[in-house]
Amino acid sequence: MPQEFRLILKNADLPGYAPDMECYLRHGGYEALKKAVATAPRELPDGKKQTSQEVIRDEVLKSGLRGRGGAGFSAGLKWSFVDRRSGKPIYLICNADESEPGTFKDRQILHKDPHQLIEGMVISCWANDCKLAYIYIRGEMPKAAKLLNVALKEARDKGFLGKNILGSGFDCEIHVHRGAGAYICGEETGLIESLEGKRAYPRIKPPYFPAVLGLYMCPTIVNNVETLCHVKHIVTMGSAEYAKLGTPNNTGTRIVSLSGDVKRPGYYEIEVGKVTLGELINHENFGQGLKDGRSLKAIIPGGSSSKVLKAGEVFKLNRKGADGQMTKVDVPLLDLPYDFDSLQQAGTMSGSSAIIVMDDSRSMVEALANLSEFYAHESCGQCTPCREGALWMAKGLHRLTHGEGRKQDADYLQHIAQNIQGRTICAFGEAAAWPVLSFVKKFREEFEARGAADEAKHASGGAPMKMAASPKH
Amino acid sequence: MSFSVPANLEAELDELATHYPVKRSASLMFLHALQEHFGHVSKDAVVWTASKLGLQPINVQEILTFYPMFRQEPLGKTHVKVCRTLSCALAGSGGLRAHFCEKLGLDSHAHVAQTTPDGKFTVEFVECLADCGNAPVVMVNEELVAKAGMTEADAILEKGKR
Repeated sequence: MPQEFRLILKNADLPGYAPDMECYLRHGGYEALKKAVATAPRELPDGKKQTSQEVIRDEVLKSGLRGRGGAGFSAGLKWSFVDRRSGKPIYLICNADESEPGTFKDRQILHKDPHQLIEGMVISCWANDCKLAYIYIRGEMPKAAKLLNVALKEARDKGFLGKNILGSGFDCEIHVHRGAGAYICGEETGLIESLEGKRAYPRIKPPYFPAVLGLYMCPTIVNNVETLCHVKHIVTMGSAEYAKLGTPNNTGTRIVSLSGDVKRPGYYEIEVGKVTLGELINHENFGQGLKDGRSLKAIIPGGSSSKVLKAGEVFKLNRKGADGQMTKVDVPLLDLPYDFDSLQQAGTMSGSSAIIVMDDSRSMVEALANLSEFYAHESCGQCTPCREGALWMAKGLHRLTHGEGRKQDADYLQHIAQNIQGRTICAFGEAAAWPVLSFVKKFREEFEARGAADEAKHASGGAPMKMAASPKH
Repeated sequence: MSFSVPANLEAELDELATHYPVKRSASLMFLHALQEHFGHVSKDAVVWTASKLGLQPINVQEILTFYPMFRQEPLGKTHVKVCRTLSCALAGSGGLRAHFCEKLGLDSHAHVAQTTPDGKFTVEFVECLADCGNAPVVMVNEELVAKAGMTEADAILEKGKR
């Protein structure tokens, strides 16, 4: 039976569990940090020697941990790119700017179990020789920022943070930095600019890869909240045990945020790939199905930037047969294992693992208009295709949802989206374009019908088309 | 200049600036603290922040106008932020926002922050507040109200009127 597997959220929702130090220690807190700093150097079978820090970094790499923020990139590889010979300080930043529409998983950790994050961060700092780290938390989470500051003070008082941590000779400080309502700060180079006290304009890569030229032009690691929490569990369990969770190349657990038209929206931690999209939506342990009398229309599988999936779609997935050969297998939408690779093969992504479900009562035109307004509002304005294009798409969709549509609007929207993707400094361009491209491609008839109906209405009534105003921002 | 920052707040900000190897980094945190104290970020606050951090006023002004949470005008005592984005929209946040506006005599089509003439309320449509499982959600000052319906909306209005 598909069910939750709680690793990160093991304690968070226990009755009486509090975000303070005493409670965390009662539940085995900071044991992983003690284990990490006591790690012995080791010699590999090939004679290569690893320092204690290298052992931990190697463990994270071998665990197969992939970033939980959105890109799903190997955390161990990301760490391996860090320039350790520059002589400059190395910084670690926790990306707690959770803002991808549909996502509310980091919120649970930050509010209910802040010490778990701090422990994961101190271990990561120790393994990467970072003496200064920041938690960049979104401005709309003032309570979590306060909780973190209290937790950081408790950690300092107990010697888990600050000078000479646990007698290891390692010094490390963590500070909380609050954002102020800009979605683009979730993009790691935009976040770095923001942390430097500037507008969050993402930096161009190359040359500004954070691992080399990050915060203050020093090597910098930016990891998501959930990713950093996993580091603690990899140290506790060992990479081999950890990698048994989940599925090959999609190891560990993941917190899925489920919202929209399901009976039981919420956050569910699962072993990656052990539960299907259909089970997450319909099973009694998860979403418990759609509202009575409704049927499925569309799923946004990985945050609003991921490409939409249409009910009834069937995908060709690579599967390893009994003979070890890879073959293409037909997999219907609801049987897609919820993991990084399957969703990628289905032409979308698991992104920030946020599922938004829409039933047959929903207009895809209205839904896309809503999302496009988000991207128009959140474009940082640095690159012309994104700044202008995101606004054009939002205006076009505003017309289409306010009785001023045209039949050719579907083509018009696609044309704009195609001219944004790949033409911007950061991935926001794709994030703005992908929903439009996928919604229009998969629900084209709905967009055309809406535009055609408006045209017919104006033709029969004789009323001239007038340009409707875009929403007042 | 009548603008003055209380000594305890200034001390708190001086300590904050030590969190960063480059002082400019503290500018967002300065604006947060000044806005919390004064209710908004005035031109004087911008100039003061710039001088504290060794910056030109434009360096501070440009972040004030970039980040949606910073305010150049005073807001109402009860600041209602209704989430506009998809999951909340599916759960009826549009109607909820309109309800607030109608009850307070504000334009129910405008998305921007609107403040009532008596200064008691500001209503604003904001982007995803990251609690989509509890849609629709509303933030009232620093408090998040989950699964907010008309009953919750009326309770917020009632409390704010007092």
